[in-house]
Amino acid sequence: MFVLIELIGIDKEYRAKDRIVTALQHINLTVEKGEIFGVIGRSGAGKSTLLRCVNLLERPTNGKVLVGGQDLTSLKEGELQKERKRIGMIFQHFNLLSTATVEQNIAFPLKLSKLPKKEIAAKVASLLELVGLSQHRKQYPSQLSGGQKQRVGIARALASDPDILLCDEATSALDPQTTESILELLKDINTKLGITILLITHEMGVIRAICDRVAVMDQGEIVEVGDVLDVFLKPQHEVSRQFVSEVADSIDSSAFYNGAGSGGRILRIIFRGEQTYEPVLYETVKETGATFAILQGTVSRMKDTPYGQLVVELRGSDADVDAVVGGLCSRGLEVSVLR
Amino acid sequence: MNGILLNLLNGSLLNGFQLNGTLLNGTLLNDTLLNGKSLLGRMISYFDEINWDLMFKATRETLYMMGVSLLFTIILGLALGIILFLTGPGQMLQNKISYFVLSLVVNMLRSVPFVILMILIMPLTKMLIGTSIGVQGAIPPLVVAAVPFFARLVEAALREVDRGVQEAAQAMGATKWQIVWHVLLREARTGLIAAVTITAITLVSYTAMSGIIGGGGLGDLAQRLGYQRFRTDVMIVTVAFLLVLVQVLQMAGDALVKHFSRK
Ligand SMILES: Nc1ncnc2c1ncn2[C@@H]1O[C@H](COP(=O)(O)OP(=O)(O)O)[C@@H](O)[C@H]1O
Ligand SMILES: [Mg+2]
Repeated sequence: MFVLIELIGIDKEYRAKDRIVTALQHINLTVEKGEIFGVIGRSGAGKSTLLRCVNLLERPTNGKVLVGGQDLTSLKEGELQKERKRIGMIFQHFNLLSTATVEQNIAFPLKLSKLPKKEIAAKVASLLELVGLSQHRKQYPSQLSGGQKQRVGIARALASDPDILLCDEATSALDPQTTESILELLKDINTKLGITILLITHEMGVIRAICDRVAVMDQGEIVEVGDVLDVFLKPQHEVSRQFVSEVADSIDSSAFYNGAGSGGRILRIIFRGEQTYEPVLYETVKETGATFAILQGTVSRMKDTPYGQLVVELRGSDADVDAVVGGLCSRGLEVSVLR
Repeated sequence: MNGILLNLLNGSLLNGFQLNGTLLNGTLLNDTLLNGKSLLGRMISYFDEINWDLMFKATRETLYMMGVSLLFTIILGLALGIILFLTGPGQMLQNKISYFVLSLVVNMLRSVPFVILMILIMPLTKMLIGTSIGVQGAIPPLVVAAVPFFARLVEAALREVDRGVQEAAQAMGATKWQIVWHVLLREARTGLIAAVTITAITLVSYTAMSGIIGGGGLGDLAQRLGYQRFRTDVMIVTVAFLLVLVQVLQMAGDALVKHFSRK
């Protein structure tokens, strides 16, 4: 795997009037080429600051920012401006030129790069096509819906053929349906154009819908990093657990089962990938003399990976129950005994 | 000249009366007017004594002083306003000392009454254009008075520009100059047009005071002839001309703002 973005030992302090606000502390983060990496955290956790450090809109107090192996913090202004063209960015409030039409907005970065008019026109036309706004090209931002504005923002960010797209709460100002369509578009951009995406959000739903890996932030620090499915199924940090529990079909495996069932052994079984749709549990139990009752369960998708979680109570002799647990493990399922 | 005005008034009033109904018929009105016996006729003949050539000369002088000084004010004031904005707190070229010094100079110039300023900078005026009197001599003090005023309006207009848009441009790799030109000035354009309108109107009223140094123009005429020589007729007409001028400037400014507004 090729590391595209590397943050090394980043600290960021803001000097307010009489005190110092520490927005980021000891941040180490790597984003691999081609992945969609999400950063989640509560408001004020430092997500925006982190994202803005990647293109040096915000200069870190300490640490290095490597993009494609190059340390951006060491560049002169002119060189940095050139590098920034390879890093697109979209914003929660879109930040479009209100005095420019849709197509002028998309052409804007190309105009800054002084591309010939003909090339700009061709490029803009294909970007309009990509984001589905060809009919709206003569309209002004004030005439567009939030979702359309974000599409313009995305097209504009893609105009200079970046390797990286930074998304600062790109869907936080949008309704759920529009959010879904914008996330779908981002996923397409990632797979079809191979653009690496680093996004920040406070919504677990966004992470689950499109991210491959996630970092959880709290008070300026990264408290947990991992594959989204791992963090989702087995959150290690309290803040991660809170985010996971906000998603409707998450399973609360703590106190809930203490009084449930009839005294048998309670297992939590995790299915991943295609196995989710196989009758693994039934076949395993069938081989023994045990039976089972389902206490709770979900089957869902994390980005494109199906997964399932079941909480079951096994009934039967200890030997039979042990055999079931062994059988499930040998079939590659993750099993944990809750009681 | 007098006759033309009379006919003009006559024609439009006639229409008005006809619209209103049958108060007077056309011929009757015409007769009374020309005989100068009716109230209206007397009102119009009140302005018989006015030297219209002088009136139009003064109008041209006012327009010239305003136009030329406005042009220089826009060029210099825009530059000063942009620098004020950029060196201001939290901006791209944030610099406490520069901002403080510029601010102080601007405030000082703005706190001096125009009449005093005009006299104070006479040596400078003379140095710049060879004379410190007349229509030409009025231009430097007008510019010096209007530039700080306009610059503050420019600064305020630029502050209205959404910060996020500047950041988006910065993230695209725009240079500072590109951000000023393609983002700030572009996005602030309606505010800037409004600022030019206000400045133009302020300049019109400043030109009136330039009469003191023989600057000429409508305001000067109103003061010398109208006020000092008790020519109320001249006073009324110059004020009417100034009113029309200000009204036209404001309407033109508003129309441009409307035309360029995308909100
Ligand atoms: N320009 C700034 N000046 C001072 N403090 C700031 C500035 N920007 C952010 N902060 C502070 O840094 C912390 C992190 O902010 P931010 O990165 O915007 O958080 P998030 O995006 O996660 O909501 C907050 O406490 C915020 O008040
Ligand atoms: Mg934020």
